[in-house]
Amino acid sequence: MNSTTPAKMLTKPSTPAVGPYRVVRPELELDSIESEIVKSGLPESVGCQSIVVARDVTKSYRRSKTIVPVLKGVDFSAERGKITAIIGQSGSGKSTLLHLLGTLDKPDSGEIHFDGQRTDNLPARKRDAFRNTQLGMIFQFYHLLPELTLLENIIAPAMIGQSIFSYFRNRSAIIQRAKGLAEMVGLSHRLHHKPCELSGGEMQRTAIARALVTDPQLLLADEPTGNLDQESGQSILQLMRNLNRDTGLTIVMVTHDENIAQQCDALVRLKGGKLEPLK
Amino acid sequence: MYKLLLCWRYLKTRWIALASIVSVTLGVATLIVVNSVMDGFTSQMQDRMHGILSDLVVETRGTNGISEPNWYIERIRARIGNSVEGVTTVVTLPAMMTFHHNGAAHTQQINLIGIDQKTYASVSDFSKYLIHPDNQSQLDFNLKQSGYAPDREALQPSGWEYRNRVEQLKKERLSQLEQYRELQEKIAVEQRKQLSNQLQDSHFGTPNLGANPESSTGSMIKIESEKKAESEPSTIEAMLAGPSIQPIPSGEGRGRMFDASKEQRTGIVLGIGIGSVRGRDLAGKVKDYFFIRPGDDVSVAFPNAGTPPRAIDEMFTVVDFYESKMSEYDATFAFVPIEALQRARGMIDPLSKVGAVTSIQIKLKKGSDLSAARDALRDEFPPTESYVQVNSWRDTQGPLLAAVQMETTILNVLLFMIIAVAGFGILATFFMIVVEKTRDIGVLKSLGAPGTGIASIFLGYGVLLGSVGSGAGVVCGLLFVWKINEIARVLEWFTGREVFDPTVYYFDSIPTIIHPFTIVWVSIGAVLIAIMASVLPSIRAARMHPVEALRYE
Repeated sequence: MNSTTPAKMLTKPSTPAVGPYRVVRPELELDSIESEIVKSGLPESVGCQSIVVARDVTKSYRRSKTIVPVLKGVDFSAERGKITAIIGQSGSGKSTLLHLLGTLDKPDSGEIHFDGQRTDNLPARKRDAFRNTQLGMIFQFYHLLPELTLLENIIAPAMIGQSIFSYFRNRSAIIQRAKGLAEMVGLSHRLHHKPCELSGGEMQRTAIARALVTDPQLLLADEPTGNLDQESGQSILQLMRNLNRDTGLTIVMVTHDENIAQQCDALVRLKGGKLEPLK
Repeated sequence: MYKLLLCWRYLKTRWIALASIVSVTLGVATLIVVNSVMDGFTSQMQDRMHGILSDLVVETRGTNGISEPNWYIERIRARIGNSVEGVTTVVTLPAMMTFHHNGAAHTQQINLIGIDQKTYASVSDFSKYLIHPDNQSQLDFNLKQSGYAPDREALQPSGWEYRNRVEQLKKERLSQLEQYRELQEKIAVEQRKQLSNQLQDSHFGTPNLGANPESSTGSMIKIESEKKAESEPSTIEAMLAGPSIQPIPSGEGRGRMFDASKEQRTGIVLGIGIGSVRGRDLAGKVKDYFFIRPGDDVSVAFPNAGTPPRAIDEMFTVVDFYESKMSEYDATFAFVPIEALQRARGMIDPLSKVGAVTSIQIKLKKGSDLSAARDALRDEFPPTESYVQVNSWRDTQGPLLAAVQMETTILNVLLFMIIAVAGFGILATFFMIVVEKTRDIGVLKSLGAPGTGIASIFLGYGVLLGSVGSGAGVVCGLLFVWKINEIARVLEWFTGREVFDPTVYYFDSIPTIIHPFTIVWVSIGAVLIAIMASVLPSIRAARMHPVEALRYE
């Protein structure tokens, strides 16, 4: 449990870097969401409510002339401070559901709520800002930007979320936070390496650090271990579990690995476009 | 911030995109080079045209001229006096000039221009084009001792130096001929004596030429050779590279001998093309050859002011050459003092002592409106009242100037087409880059980057590429212009063909003028084209669906 100590540093009350960064976006409409969280801010009360909810969501894709239904009325909710796993065969719509939760796509019908606010019908700008501040995402193929160094990849969401001027004003705080995250995921010695110089596990750790740099409430993980060997996959999973335990980060993870899924707090299976709870 | 960082990183890592803007660079460089050379040519040409022509000319077609020039000048000053800087009067007429070269007389047509040397320099850059440095400051139509363009070997010696040497040679040759003739005469006298002695000693006692065919033919031959000897001086003398001695025409020289080694005739300034040819020797080097030099005498025949005109003949001494580098002018113009011409032609009114002129040349003050002044004068002297025409120098050379202007415009349009083609290259490359970066675009969107942000990455990339391309183009173009003569030389060496033939253009080097404004608009245009080419790919990138972009393999 080596990573426990640095992870504790990042808990909300003890990280000074978080403060100024949050304040610089007063124009954001999502402030309402935040203030709600702050109001009800005790970790005890957080644990018992759903942070993200999908209600009767359907989604289909058009493949040339035929329409392929993927989700046929899915109800899903993830509890705050828990790790929820979605399993299912490939092509069952796991990733689609995750994208819908992450507002990367819009459902054909149904609603997505995040922390009590509907997110699927927000205008594009607000959805972008929502993703930037409230969500962290990691992917099977890491999806780091190859032109940027590890450190730059980690601070990329912070750069996206701010104008040039506010970025330069908060630059040292952001970099400080990114360095703390890199240390937490055990990559502080490789800050100036390009992604192509890293191993798969290291890239996924970088992706996790990147997902956490804006201090999101929810981490969406799309097969985070799918491209890694057993050992690296296990260490990534361990990292996420530590994060969940130490900072109360809510995680929704898509996987097809039953073994990994069994280690999560909640488990649902997607089959035939419907969701069946397993745990 | 990520936009700047990313487009900077893309610029640094995507060299293929830089290849696509090489065409922008080339287009910009070509535009700058072509424009500066064209501007250089045009301005040189205008300078040359304008150098000899004054701004405005009030001229009559008749060779007898305007008999009351002062009245005209007064009216000109009254009408546009505020913008007039200088006025001079000129007599222009066609003439035939005869000069001697290698003993043969050659006659050619020239334009004889009588100028007032005091005021002529105030209306045109005429004196700037004279070869002798002293004449450049003030022309006085006096032959100089020497110093005619010391850097031109072919022109040495000239001036009094040359004239004296020619006279010296003539005298030497004449005295040799004199001695030869004396010797011949002595021999002839001796022979005659012998002949008469023989005749006296003959059987018949009386001289009978017919009876002795041998001796008679012998004496005939001798007489002939004597005659030949007598006529020889003129031929030999003519063979000298100088003019023949001719009787002094009417004027101040009448009644006494003209000593060519001490005196000169009325000065004449010839266009350099009249007295020389430019060609190449066997080694290919450009060389001038002068038939006439300052110091030679020429005779000029021109019509007098009578009706109908009669040809009159006048001797002049070449005192300088005039080189405007406009071959049209250099090959025909010859300048003489206006009073000498007026007197010789009988243009001076015996009562008022005012000489008639064929044209009045006006120089306007800097910044005055040329065509407005011309129109005012045209209104002042309508054809119904007076037989004069008013033209500006641009009217005279209008078609040529218009042609050059048109050429420049068309070249600019064509070259901008090249940059536009480069724009399509950028468009294609950018589409490729957007496709290549599809997943990165998806990642950026999943991190919360808005579509406008993605678009501005690629737009900014386009601006950067365009700026780099046109910046490099400006640098290359300026370097090319700066070293254009060296480059021309390298090209000559490489292709074996002369890029810039000085025998054609009369330029020693390629003239260039760089207008900062041209550079600015060329580079702005290139950057604009690069931006326009990156708009479509940027929009495509912005509209990309994040899920599909993330799935893209």
